[in-house]
Parts: sequence; structure tokens; C-alpha cells
Amino acid sequence: MTTTVPTTAALALGDDALVLSHRLGEWAGRAPVLEEEVALANIALDLLGQARVLLSLAGDEDELAYLREERAFRNLQLVEQPNGDFAHTIARQLFFSTYQHLLYARLAAGDGPFAPLAAKAVKEVAYHRDHAEQWTVRLGDGTEVSHERMQRACAALWRYTGEMFQPVEGLDVEGEKLRADWLESVGDVLRRATLTLPEGPQSGAWTAGAGRQGLHTEPFGRMLAEMQHLHRSHPGATW
Amino acid sequence: MVTGTTTLEAELLRVAGSVPDPELPVLTLQELGVLRAVHLRDADAVEVELTPTYTGCPALEAMSVDIERALHEHGIRDVTVRTVLTPAWSTDDITPEGRRKLREFGIAPPRVRRDSGPVALELGPTRTLTEETEPVRCPHCGSADTELLSRFSSTACKALRRCLACREPFDHFKEL
Repeated sequence: MTTTVPTTAALALGDDALVLSHRLGEWAGRAPVLEEEVALANIALDLLGQARVLLSLAGDEDELAYLREERAFRNLQLVEQPNGDFAHTIARQLFFSTYQHLLYARLAAGDGPFAPLAAKAVKEVAYHRDHAEQWTVRLGDGTEVSHERMQRACAALWRYTGEMFQPVEGLDVEGEKLRADWLESVGDVLRRATLTLPEGPQSGAWTAGAGRQGLHTEPFGRMLAEMQHLHRSHPGATW
Repeated sequence: MVTGTTTLEAELLRVAGSVPDPELPVLTLQELGVLRAVHLRDADAVEVELTPTYTGCPALEAMSVDIERALHEHGIRDVTVRTVLTPAWSTDDITPEGRRKLREFGIAPPRVRRDSGPVALELGPTRTLTEETEPVRCPHCGSADTELLSRFSSTACKALRRCLACREPFDHFKEL
């Protein structure tokens, strides 16, 4: 089957995977326990593999990853948020992997250009989602300190979650249905974790975030500088 | 273009399939189930279809190089290795012989999946308390009394477990 690949959607999904992969990679050498060190690196590796496939659908993967400016990236603002403490990383994982899992399951069920990748990646992301859900419950229903930190992390990242359900050109997904399923799942996990679903700021709790339009938050520029600096400093270098 | 599988293609598939997996050298690519097809494009030109275990599997490039070398040595001048994603690889594609070798190597083989849906969610506060499918057996002593330490281990395709009978930690090729 030959289908024209919608570049906008390929960049959106590819950039989500690439940027989150890089953020998770920042935990290497500083995760709280060895098992988490390995887990976060493995999740990062899965995402990097997905990013390579998706960006290759849109163009040259290396050029896209290393030579674009900040405003050309189409990832969600959620995935570019700094790791914060471990609770922040887990909250970001919970919000994103639930979204990605629901999205990929939908894309895998269709016959569009993303179906092959989605059918493969949905099985990987199921493990990411499970990992995030287990940690959310463990931290939320843990000690007083872990509960409070987990609640704080959910609240801090909540304002970036609305963007996930905005339409993306070339993605045949019903945003409102996706949001309903996402809310139900995340709400259920938070309840089990004795946490409460954040209410978000009154000023547009669900409208903040425009990463898909190329508008990013301040920490993203610094992340990109680190991610791209080697490639830009030594163009064309090989090992 | 040649259609159907010729005797030569079957032979070349065997040659390519006998290449050991770079990360799990006890397994051949055929036993791992990642080699999909070998198509003869010319008298000495072939195209090989290879599928990754995980999308980001870093062993894929090493596999391609090894396949090219094996086929070159078999007299094929032009070898192209193409990555295919459909149908997605599953641990069910590992052959029975491959499972036996994994166990002998000290890695608990994956259980056969009941369906292709998402993994069952276990929301226990710490380690896995219940297993709804057949137990993962310790590859060292055979005990079914094992527990999950981490869903992610030395490579993306493995989980880390511990045997409660012989106390040995071991890798489990997790179901995908």
C-alpha cells in the first residue's frame, strides 16, 4: 500500500518520541536506584527507535533531529519539560505514555501510513504505561513525602496535558474521545494512588501549550543546545 | 523480479538464518524469528527482509552487517537488507528450539501470549504479587516461585527476575 505520509503528523509524533527520549536519557547516571536507571534508559531507547522511524517518514532523520531550530520542532510542550524530581518524571511518563498508548492503538487499528509503526510501538508503550502507573500508585500511596511530591508533580504538569487532544493535520483521531479515554484512565490510576485529579489554573487549563505550532517553553532551548551541539560542532563526523 | 521461493532462495534464507544474534549469540536469527524473507533480484543480488524485535533495537545494524557478510561468503555479490515492520515481531515468533536454547543459556524464555493486546496491568504497590498467566520458571533450578525485580533489564527485550527457591537473579525474555 502506498499512502502519502502527512509530514506534519510524522514530525509531531517523531518529535514527541525524540524529545522525551532525550529527557529520559538525562537520568542516566543519576536515577534513584539501578533498576530505574535501566528502566528509564530502556524506555528512552524504545522512544528513540520510534523517533527514527517517524522522522525518516518526514525526511532525513539526522538533519531533522540535529539541524532544526527550536521553532521547527512540533513536539508537545509536555515532553520537553525538565525531569524535575523523580515524581515529575513519573507524572510526565504517566500523562504521555497513556496518551501515546491510546493514540497508537487507534493508529494501529487503521490502515494509514502510521499503522505499521503504531502496531509495533503500541506493544512497547504498553510497558512504559505500566511502568508509569505502577510508580504513580507506589509514590502516591507511599509515604507522606512521596504522596505530596507526586501530587505536586501532577499539578505542575497538568497545564500541558490539554495540548495532546488538539487536532494534528494528517492524524485521523477523534480528539475529544481520546481525551475522555485518557481522563478515565489517568483518573483511575490517580484514584488508586490516593491522589486527586488536578483542576488546573482557571485561565485556560486545557488550552495552554502550543508545541505543535512550534512554540516551546524556555527549558527546551537549553535541551536542544545540549542535544545538537556535538553534531553541529563536528558536521559530518563519523566514529 | 523473481516471484515465489526458489530453491536458491530457500538455501540463502538458511545461510542468513544461521547467523547468530549479536546480543544473544546462542540464538540464530532464524530461531529468533526476525528474518522474514530472502528475495533473489539477480543471479548474484539478493534482498533480505529483516524485522526488529523492538523498534529501537540497536542490534539491528549489527545483524544487517553479519547477514551481508554471510551471504557475501556464500558468493552473493550484492546484498540489500531491508527493515520491515509489518507484521510486527512478537516473542511468539521465537521457535521452540530457540526457547530451549534461551533456557539453557540462563534466560527464561517468553511465555506464549494469549492475545496481542496490551500487557496486563498489575498495580501492586511494590513487586508483582500475582501472575495471571503461567509462571515464569527459573532457568537455573526450574522453580515456578520467582518474582519480578524490574520490567526492564540488560536489554529492552528482557525483564529482571529473582528465583525465590535458589535465590539466583535471572533475565526473562519478556512477552511482546
